[in-house]
Amino acid sequence: MITPRYTREIPQRYHLEAGKCTECNFIAFPPRLICPECGSREFEQISLSPSGKIVTYTVVCVAAEEFSTETPLPIAIIETDEGARLTAQVVDCDPEEVEIGKRVRLIFRCIQKEGLAGIRQYGYKAVLEG
Amino acid sequence: MTGIVGYGAYLPRYRIKIEEIASQWGKDPTTIKNGLLVHEKTVPGMDEDTITISVQAAKYAVQRARIDPQEIGAVYIGSESHPYVVKPSGTVLIDALGIGPDVHVADYEFACKAGTEAVFVAYSHVKSGVMRYAMGIGADTSQGAPGDALEFTASAGGSAFIIGSEKVVLEIEATYSYTSDTADFWRREGRVYPEHGGRFTGEPAYFRHVLGAGREIMERAGLEAKDFDYAVFHMPNGKFPMKAGRTLGFEKEQIEPGWVVPWMGNTYSGSSPTGLVAILDVARPGERILLVSFGSGAGSDAFVFKVTEEIEAVRDLAPSFKSLLEENKIYLNYGEYAKFRGKILMNT
Ligand SMILES: [Zn+2]
Repeated sequence: MITPRYTREIPQRYHLEAGKCTECNFIAFPPRLICPECGSREFEQISLSPSGKIVTYTVVCVAAEEFSTETPLPIAIIETDEGARLTAQVVDCDPEEVEIGKRVRLIFRCIQKEGLAGIRQYGYKAVLEG
Repeated sequence: MTGIVGYGAYLPRYRIKIEEIASQWGKDPTTIKNGLLVHEKTVPGMDEDTITISVQAAKYAVQRARIDPQEIGAVYIGSESHPYVVKPSGTVLIDALGIGPDVHVADYEFACKAGTEAVFVAYSHVKSGVMRYAMGIGADTSQGAPGDALEFTASAGGSAFIIGSEKVVLEIEATYSYTSDTADFWRREGRVYPEHGGRFTGEPAYFRHVLGAGREIMERAGLEAKDFDYAVFHMPNGKFPMKAGRTLGFEKEQIEPGWVVPWMGNTYSGSSPTGLVAILDVARPGERILLVSFGSGAGSDAFVFKVTEEIEAVRDLAPSFKSLLEENKIYLNYGEYAKFRGKILMNT
């Protein structure tokens, strides 16, 4: 049953909620209890900006069954403008267009469906800018 | 003064041309295009639905309204394609936008007029002073059965409107609804595709309600067609809204700016609301707009809007309708379209 975990992760998946260390400005996404850089436990709650750039990516050609109709499927590590890194699918483009360094915008999409009867899970994906 | 303080539309990037659908079913594309006055329609991506379309349109509306989402007291999404039969669409939206939990949420249904219905109720809340802001949204990812006439026009998109009483962009001068029990189009519980009454969807359904609502709101407001700069009617195809508009005394020039169906298709609950957003690309302060929606079953909601000076301050705070319609299109062939819309029988 995936519902409790999904519900717990809504703040990160829906609006990119992150923690900013008040001592050293490290951005923890998802939020952490202890800063890995300075050991502080004091964080300010922020929402990451929905824009950033592609740090690296891969194109999945043989995907897990639930994504099998979406291949070839680009998945990228994206650095947001605050410097936080996250992994997201890059959609609405030809996989050939995906390149390291390209600017992306994070958008709200359905990210997974639990079969035909289960819940639909929503969260962030990326689209290329411009 | 109470009215719209923020608005936004969203269209998916994917398109399919009418020729592509016609050739799949061995029909003559020219006859179809001339009959419907539609060239192409939007198609939702495989990860898009009424909820994601509503979220994007609502984000643009908040950008234009320049308000704290926490101050929105009600969120209503009108659609005939809510992704769940049981579980609201609006709850996802409020958490995505940072609205609530101090908020009233409901999903509306009334075929293609569910969106204006949502705006209608949102307006009443604010006008009565119950809350400072309320949001009404019309969005759909509607489907026509393969080979059915509806398949040529059923498309995806939506628009969101925030109602308030400060920094009003579009004053709501009058509202009116015209409703009767008319079985022109329906979908029973558990069925995938809707059924319709063919030609019965015209005179006794669309025209009776659209003309009834249009005539009555103008009568009550003491206005005539010449008092309006723009008029937008529900757009199941290109012909119906033009004919309804001309019958009510409007000129083609008043109808065309909101007549978005030829290149977008029929976005159902998002049809006339998105036509309104298209008008706001070009509308100037002081201009007056008539909007008449239509939902099968059947009913029409009508609004008289007056554009204020605020339009110039908010117009460029989110993408124009023109850019959403014309930029970055990705065309699909029928096979890809069938896959995107889940029309292919899979083994899992
Ligand atoms: Zn730190």
